[in-house]
Amino acid sequence: MIAVVDYGVGNLFSLTGSLRFIGAETTVTSDAGKLRAADGIILPGVGAFADARAKLRASGAESVIRDEVAKGKPFLGICLGMQMLFERSYEYGVHEGLGLIPGEVVPLRLPAGMKVPHMGWNSLHFLKSSPLFEGVSEGEYVYYVHSYYATGCEEDTVAVSGYGVTVTGAVARGNVFGTQFHPEKSGETGLNILRAFKRISEGGR
Amino acid sequence: MLAKRVIPCLDVRDGRVVKGRKFVGLQDVADPVALARFYNSAGADELVFYDITASNEGRKLFAETLTAVASEVFIPLTVGGGINELSDFERVLKCGADKVSVNSGAIADPSLIGRAAKKYGDQCVVLSIDAKRVNGRFEVFSKGGRVPTGIDAVEWARRGQEEGAGEIVLNSIDTDGVRGGFDIEMLQAVCDVVGIPVIASGGAGKEEDFVTLFREIPSVDAGLAAGIFHYGEVDIHHLKRTLAAAGVAVRL
Repeated sequence: MIAVVDYGVGNLFSLTGSLRFIGAETTVTSDAGKLRAADGIILPGVGAFADARAKLRASGAESVIRDEVAKGKPFLGICLGMQMLFERSYEYGVHEGLGLIPGEVVPLRLPAGMKVPHMGWNSLHFLKSSPLFEGVSEGEYVYYVHSYYATGCEEDTVAVSGYGVTVTGAVARGNVFGTQFHPEKSGETGLNILRAFKRISEGGR
Repeated sequence: MLAKRVIPCLDVRDGRVVKGRKFVGLQDVADPVALARFYNSAGADELVFYDITASNEGRKLFAETLTAVASEVFIPLTVGGGINELSDFERVLKCGADKVSVNSGAIADPSLIGRAAKKYGDQCVVLSIDAKRVNGRFEVFSKGGRVPTGIDAVEWARRGQEEGAGEIVLNSIDTDGVRGGFDIEMLQAVCDVVGIPVIASGGAGKEEDFVTLFREIPSVDAGLAAGIFHYGEVDIHHLKRTLAAAGVAVRL
């Protein structure tokens, strides 16, 4: 069972739909018991960092997430969910993240003429291997929509994409994974990433 | 590198795709799910569904259609047609749409753009513009390109960005259906004044038209077409290989 954390942020239609499509039993929940019982946890998220962070705190799921991650449960943050894995974000002020991966989230400052948000299909370039990307090849395209990105996390960066700057595409640190792009909108490549997360989760059972 | 996008547009009436034609291996060309699956595997970067139904019953069928497509095709989905209020955004977003395109609804009430952007995010709001040359300028037409508005299209695009639109679809009525290529002049005029992605629509008749589009206007983000894809005249996979060979970054 994969638990998608329900904390009132964003549209979960595609994420839950894609998980079901790959045959993963899925529950959308903020219930402590269900999060504990799950084989893996996904933290989704779109919108503004501070608002999402406050909602995650208010959901009551945060302490359970911390416990489960510390016990080694596979955990995947997507888009804003990935950004929350870091120590802090500079989106409209300074906000503390979950601190599960060293690094911080800063605005995309791009050369003149380049558009923000970074929206669309961009190619992934791997800096190292990760079980999350078994079945994904160098140069495959994934779908991004974001205006902030993670820096100072070189040690845990698995894949990057070029867009004026080197955009941190995916990170991994032990059982904690994050993708800045949306696997649930990235066609077959994205489904393969979710399949890998399902395998990782089931392997940890 | 960010890829240029190729986007097929499907018109849906009462839950069925209109203007379909038989492809190899595709029996029911009017089935939106089958067609979406087909385009997805052919390499479409995004799908646009245009609801051309007028009745409530048709709207319901459209919602069911969209839900079915979004449950098995996992690329960005844009929905347009009949978007006049915030509740229309809600209606299609909860069925799995990622972006919502507004046209006449935004002309009638430009504040709709900003209200939707604030609630759902800029990336979710697409301003669709139908424009035509009138007296030496590009004029916006509403109601499916039938009603002149007196609004300057370049100014409207700029206004749309200011209000909070995350993307613009510019459909040239002058080139639409002619199949002689995209309206480079009109697209260039709009690309010159906005900093958000612009999707070119209207006029694509062959692969070379897409090559010309991306070569002539490097800042244009995507090319959209309907008939040439539905009638099988242009195969998306082949088109993307042609673009790649011409030095255009595409997702293969």
